[in-house]
Amino acid sequence: MAEPTPGTPLVELIDVHKGFGPVSVLKGVSLTVYPGKVTALVGDNGAGKSTLIKGLAGVQPYDSGQVLVDGRRVDLHGPREAAALGIEVVYQDLALCDNLDIVQNMFLGREETSWGTFDEGRMEREASETLRSLSVRTVKSVRQKVSSLSGGQRQTVAIARSVLKKARLVILDEPTAALGVAQTEQVLALVRRLAEQGVGVLLISHNLADVFAVADDIAVLYLGQMVAQIPAADTDRDDVVAYITGSKSPEGEAA
Amino acid sequence: MSATPTPESTSAEPGGRVERSVTESTGIVPTATDLIASGVEGSVRDQARGYLQRVRNGDMGALPAIAGFVVLFVLFSLLSPYFLTERNFANLLTQAATLVTLGMALTFVILLGEIDLSAGVTAGVTMAIFVVLADPGTFALPWPLALAAALLAGVAIGTFIGFFVSRVGIPSFVVTLGLFLGFQGLQLIIIGDGGLYRIQIPEILAIQNGTMPVWAGWVLLGLVLVVSLLSSLLDRRRRARAGVPNRTIALMWIRLAAIAVVGGIIVAVLSVNRGGAFAAIEGVPIVVPFVLAILFLGTFVLDRTKYGRWLYAIGGNAEAARRSGIKVVNIRWIAFVICSTLAVMAGLFSASKVGSVDAAFGRDIVLSGVAAAVVGGVSLFGGRGRLAHAAVGALVISVITNGLGLLNLPGGVNYLVTGGVLILAATVDAVSRLRAGGSLMRT
Ligand SMILES: Nc1ncnc2c1ncn2[C@@H]1O[C@H](COP(=O)(O)OP(=O)(O)OP(=O)(O)O)[C@@H](O)[C@H]1O
Ligand SMILES: [Mg+2]
Repeated sequence: MAEPTPGTPLVELIDVHKGFGPVSVLKGVSLTVYPGKVTALVGDNGAGKSTLIKGLAGVQPYDSGQVLVDGRRVDLHGPREAAALGIEVVYQDLALCDNLDIVQNMFLGREETSWGTFDEGRMEREASETLRSLSVRTVKSVRQKVSSLSGGQRQTVAIARSVLKKARLVILDEPTAALGVAQTEQVLALVRRLAEQGVGVLLISHNLADVFAVADDIAVLYLGQMVAQIPAADTDRDDVVAYITGSKSPEGEAA
Repeated sequence: MSATPTPESTSAEPGGRVERSVTESTGIVPTATDLIASGVEGSVRDQARGYLQRVRNGDMGALPAIAGFVVLFVLFSLLSPYFLTERNFANLLTQAATLVTLGMALTFVILLGEIDLSAGVTAGVTMAIFVVLADPGTFALPWPLALAAALLAGVAIGTFIGFFVSRVGIPSFVVTLGLFLGFQGLQLIIIGDGGLYRIQIPEILAIQNGTMPVWAGWVLLGLVLVVSLLSSLLDRRRRARAGVPNRTIALMWIRLAAIAVVGGIIVAVLSVNRGGAFAAIEGVPIVVPFVLAILFLGTFVLDRTKYGRWLYAIGGNAEAARRSGIKVVNIRWIAFVICSTLAVMAGLFSASKVGSVDAAFGRDIVLSGVAAAVVGGVSLFGGRGRLAHAAVGALVISVITNGLGLLNLPGGVNYLVTGGVLILAATVDAVSRLRAGGSLMRT
């Protein structure tokens, strides 16, 4: 795992740019995500992490640059296109509907129907199986309203939702930001399990302890530029902090 | 069912299945017995307990409204000798028909957290169009054509509101308040100052004033039971085929028995001659199957189709719905079209009942419609409520109007009581929402 990851990358970003009016937020970012690996994306507030993944999710297309999936160039212009390629996002602010239950949330926007009406049994079963395959054990009933769930359970549902339809790349934007110790543990275990099932995971986090606990690769964004993408085993906390704060840059070590 | 789970509880689940212990890294391959519970397991007693638990957590649905209806019904029976007569009972139903329909219409937009203050004047304007087109003295169009024109006008009005709310992004309160004022003027222009059109079309008058043959009332009840039974059985078969548990079948029979008893009493009462010795009036009013059809169809759409589910999702969290790839703009837009179109039907029932349309027709009714939905348990905050709730709420409001009318109280009392009930219902809504929010904070 310490070796630079071999094989075809699942998703590759090459020199993507994104600006809002005169403000240039992403200034030529390249990033590689491999299947079955957890790639952590770190960087200070405002570095452009969320902007980077919104482009991948098709929510906010890039201005220029290339996106390759399985080595082939793709255009991402909407959430549905991203989903069709197997790219799923779990957003920083959870995108769940409180008034719907777990099954309804997991299938929202892609409900199973037969004769134009819901096949509730099938949806319930698939939801249940997906939660089980992620070893989720704290959910009492899949027909619970999401409003009755704890923060960790909601995060769990959001992640399970993302892998329901055979996702290939799951992007998590600060999934543990609002969680306690035990629930953070659970979510991180879930992230590992995703990778073990062959899913490529892109994890955004400010918590370096979490990052080192689960990540195979660490990518550091500094002011809209990718300053490093290195295997977690080849680096340490101080190193990463130096990249994040800009006191270390890719060319001249220890600027 | 909704007790707070402890992080590592691996005890036996309600269904009696014991979980296998799982090591940290290996995900288990799911089998049928490994499914997570779905809250349908257990005996009738377990189900009842689960229901009580949900009610206690603030998920009360139409329960307060049903209780209120029963209390008011008993109260008025004691206070007025005329209240508990077959004639008044039929009268109550036909009075309520307009409000039930309007309440259901408004539910579609209230579920989005929106409002249509113009629903009443929409009924007014479209009925004005209807009577003017159908009136022998003016255009003298065949009534089905005139009615089609009125319905089309309703669709157009809904499209107009939907455009401004959904596409342009103006709050629905503002758009529909503007229409509320504007349409009163339009109606005045169509009808003419001080004008009044008497409806002389027997088919239209029959909706509210005619009755079905006595046997047809029983057939209607049978139909309701059969549809209810078949849909239950179909659901159970689908679930069984997917390998997920079903609710105990006893519950289905209990529900059907309840419908049969309540429906049976209603039909039996309506089958008694409530006219005089010369002109017998008996049977279920013709408007009843119309209202039931709207209720059934609407509930079908809301519960079982993507459109309905997405409507609830947008009412709950519009941004989440958008990120799920739902075309939020279109769903919202269509909701306003449905609301305005059903408002035309409400207007039609009202016009049939009153027998005429004047320039003020429909002006005062919209707030009662909103009250009906809210009293019945449809949340003004969006995302929670059912058509049946609005129907029950409308019955409560109607029973107040009807009962107070029999007591010979000053006319203002009716408004005072209805307004008080609305505020009470909105308070219940807000408090139960707070309570649901409270449980959200538990970790
Ligand atoms: N829609 C927008 N319009 C204008 N500027 C924007 C927009 N979205 C993001 N930005 C700017 O782009 C920069 C990067 O924002 P982004 O949200 O990607 O940062 P981030 O790395 O995710 O930060 P955080 O860790 O705080 O979540 C910020 O300076 C932000 O102000
Ligand atoms: Mg961010």
